[in-house]
Amino acid sequence: MSGRHGIPKSRWLPAYVTVYLAFLYFPILLLPIFSFNNAATTTFPLAGFTTKWYASLWHNTALLEAARNSMIVGVSVAILSTVLGICAARAITRYRFRGQRAATGLIMAPLFLPEIIFAVSLLMIILQLGVELSLVTVILGQVIFCLPYAMSVLISGFGGFDRSLEEASLDLGETAIGTFRRVTLPVVAPALVSSLLVSFTVSLDEFILAFFLSGTEPTLPVYIWGQLRFAAKLPGVLALGSVMILISILLLTLSEIIRRRAEHRLRAQGALNA
Amino acid sequence: MPETPMITIEAVNKFYGIYKALDDVSLDIAAGEFFSLLGPSGCGKTTLLRSIAGFDTPSTGDIRIDGQSVIGTPPNRRPTNMVFQNYAIFPHLDVEENVAYGLKRLKLDASGERRRVGAALDQVRLGHLGKRRAHELSGGQRQRVALARALVMRPKVLLLDEPLSALDKKLREEMQVELRSLQKAVGITFILVTHDQYEALALSDRIAVMFGGRIAQVATPKEIYQRPTTRQIADFLGGMNFMKARITGETATRLSVETPRFGGVTLDKPLGFNARNGTATIGIRPERLRVLWDDAKADFELAGRVVDRHYFGEITHLIVDVPGMEQPLSVSETNNFGADDIPVGDAVRLAYDPDALVALSD
Repeated sequence: MSGRHGIPKSRWLPAYVTVYLAFLYFPILLLPIFSFNNAATTTFPLAGFTTKWYASLWHNTALLEAARNSMIVGVSVAILSTVLGICAARAITRYRFRGQRAATGLIMAPLFLPEIIFAVSLLMIILQLGVELSLVTVILGQVIFCLPYAMSVLISGFGGFDRSLEEASLDLGETAIGTFRRVTLPVVAPALVSSLLVSFTVSLDEFILAFFLSGTEPTLPVYIWGQLRFAAKLPGVLALGSVMILISILLLTLSEIIRRRAEHRLRAQGALNA
Repeated sequence: MPETPMITIEAVNKFYGIYKALDDVSLDIAAGEFFSLLGPSGCGKTTLLRSIAGFDTPSTGDIRIDGQSVIGTPPNRRPTNMVFQNYAIFPHLDVEENVAYGLKRLKLDASGERRRVGAALDQVRLGHLGKRRAHELSGGQRQRVALARALVMRPKVLLLDEPLSALDKKLREEMQVELRSLQKAVGITFILVTHDQYEALALSDRIAVMFGGRIAQVATPKEIYQRPTTRQIADFLGGMNFMKARITGETATRLSVETPRFGGVTLDKPLGFNARNGTATIGIRPERLRVLWDDAKADFELAGRVVDRHYFGEITHLIVDVPGMEQPLSVSETNNFGADDIPVGDAVRLAYDPDALVALSD
């Protein structure tokens, strides 16, 4: 907005950006503010500072149970999505095959389709098959949903991978397995870590699939939803929400830093290949 | 060649579907030779190199390295190492780790490994950059790392896939000199793939020129340049004036021809020569035509008129129309005597040596 590139300075543009950002982040900012408020209701003026809502989280067994479920689901989904994503991303970036674009499109589609339709369809199939709803069904559902996120990270990671690195390794006497361990894996490792973190974060925050498919074992978002019926539980939920936002932001930031560093390194390598 | 060749390529064919990438290629390369595969892109030179390295497998035929057939031997068990076109420096390792990469398999003791890595880096004058990462190196430095990484393995044959094509002109010329002296120092057989005729001429002991998957000619740089066997080879290796000549006599090795302006000459018959309707193509390189100044005389002269002039710094190309010739002659003259000042339209006399004429297959 400095007008450096010939765009005339405007008084309205900064105002617009401010309003826009406030709209995006003000509601989220309320969460931590009220989570430290010494009152059971979420109204101004604030009643004083307290950390008792956070302390109460540690004594809530149902919540800890839900957190444990979320961890199990998140880690499983992250690993499964990343493993499946590696296979697909490697095929897409390395080989030309019939239906390549269609396959890519179909894998990425869940990102843009209404999630609730997915959830209902999956629920129907699972009930038809007579499978009991459990964390396993949540994991299966969320893998479909997380795979596009894992894929987009992995494709950008593998896309810069230079095939001749593997050839050079073979040429220097290394076996195929040794080449994978000493060259392929370390070079794509940042993309893998990034994919794991993104999938985990998406899974941690995912509600609809978890709500439909979790049966009697709620994940954190499902637990929060259940608590909203009780006004007295609200401050605790706010504290929990604040913690989850913090974790999500940390994980996504970490994954983005890793992804960018890897991209920078590969680009430096690729600049010469051009 | 008296001793066993280091590399023997025997009747190698390579098909990709119906496309023939290598067409009945046979070749012997001696130990310690600097050998170049020269040709335009798609001529099969890289496929041949990759077949020697083990990344491509011939459809038929045999490849022997130091007397041993390597068909079916994977790249990691061949006594060859390769310098890749993009150098393929491992981005997650520093320079020393890159060079030590292949040595790890040999399980040397730590000091022995360090010595070999250090010696290899000194050989390419990179001893001071051991801790750098690939992205902190210039193009020329990366190339040296790739060279050191391959040479440290002490291969019987070093394969170089267009190693200088990514460098700018000045650096490329520097590296050519360095590559040549490096090869002399280590004494390893080098096989270089290139599309740059000057690079091949400057570096090689022998050159194989390839077109369309076939080897067109194998000879020393001087022979390839001065005595190309076909018009295509002559054209690929730099400028040449071509003209039609009538064949007046023919023996097993010699060819007598009559040309409109160069008169009757007897030339060496190129290998595999085929005459068409009693005519042959003969050629002369532009630098073998010389401008005659003032009233200087020569045994063999042509008279013509300058129709165009191109200035190239140290030389000037004069386009000279000689009456009775189908095409004007291109003359390359150094600028020492003022060839760059000859006005277009002026009459000039040219001198030539009949030995500079070559007969060519079409």
